[in-house]
Amino acid sequence: MDTRTLVRIALIAALIAALGFVPPIYMPLAAGVPITAQSLGVMLAGLLLGARAGAAAVALFVFVVLLGAPLLAGGRGGLGILAGPTAGFLIGYIAGAYVAGLLAERLKLPAFASALVASVVGGIGVVYLFGIPVLAAAAGIGLSKAVIGAAVFLPGDLIKAVGASVLVTTVLRNWSVAAQPRP
Amino acid sequence: MIAGYLSGTSLLHRLPAGVKLIALAVLSVFILPIGDPLVLAFVLAAVLLVYASFGRRGVLRILEWRSLLPLLAIIFALQVWAASLSVAVASVLRIAVMVLIADLVTLSTRLQDMMDAIAVPLKPLARFGVDPERLSLAVALVLRFVPVLLESWRGREEAWRARSPRRPGLVLIGAFFSGALSTADQVAEALDARGFGMPDQPEPPAPPTSSRPNP
Repeated sequence: MDTRTLVRIALIAALIAALGFVPPIYMPLAAGVPITAQSLGVMLAGLLLGARAGAAAVALFVFVVLLGAPLLAGGRGGLGILAGPTAGFLIGYIAGAYVAGLLAERLKLPAFASALVASVVGGIGVVYLFGIPVLAAAAGIGLSKAVIGAAVFLPGDLIKAVGASVLVTTVLRNWSVAAQPRP
Repeated sequence: MIAGYLSGTSLLHRLPAGVKLIALAVLSVFILPIGDPLVLAFVLAAVLLVYASFGRRGVLRILEWRSLLPLLAIIFALQVWAASLSVAVASVLRIAVMVLIADLVTLSTRLQDMMDAIAVPLKPLARFGVDPERLSLAVALVLRFVPVLLESWRGREEAWRARSPRRPGLVLIGAFFSGALSTADQVAEALDARGFGMPDQPEPPAPPTSSRPNP
């Protein structure tokens, strides 16, 4: 890996952290659950950098958070995150960025469609796939109840997937894997 | 500087980071199977006492976890519905205890000490391309880039508001990202010019040829 790629990965990791400082939006549609911009950053990491570098950027962000920097939305950080009920979502972010990046690289759809599929499958599907079982185990509730609990975040996450897809196919298209012409 | 570290000279602060991490793992093995809410409440009280021993800063530190409260409330409600009140109380207490104990390690350990402690188990990963030197550079870069990005966004937003009555649009995001990327590439060039990563690449780094986006 050359220095340029390393620094760009650090930049995207910092961007995910910076998105945590965006004030959360409270939506009546989502039962008052705050929508934070942080998982938008996870989708963007995959769509902009592709599978490997995107996952590396998210892994770096998670690593810095676990080391103790309070960079998760709401100013949280440290090892306590790993002990909390949302630990699975944090690990799922890494896998989610990888899958989103992979789909963005491989899908042969129009740019917006492939970006949207990549963000929904990677940024939502894969993240929930890791997050919900851990939530169920940590909280001692059944899987189906954890699904209900996590469903309140779904409307916000869908909005973010559309937002990420709009960004990478418009103002960020020059820098994104998702909007490059297919060979 | 953003950090989860609270300066101090307590016993916790003086213990080596590696010892604290192992103690955390051992404690979690003992605490996770506890199902009696009374025992858990006692453990939580003991943990809160440790926080109280750090004075006002310790109490404020606990308050920083309030963003976890809505989720704990949802879990509590689901548990009462699915199991019983005592199971619900126990699981919320257990999560609170585990989170607060883990945070004790974070608040009493400097970021650099934590990195050094983690570098030991990471050593075998070196053959898979995880280079501790690059990893610690990357961590330092992230911590430095966060305030730079926030400042850059604030500046651009203010510039926009000074010139236009309309709300900042998508175009601002494009300009912001382009500026951030060119900052990153300048940092990369500066690092290469200073011989970063030279032991890995004996020959001098090639001059940058790829086109940099215009800021």
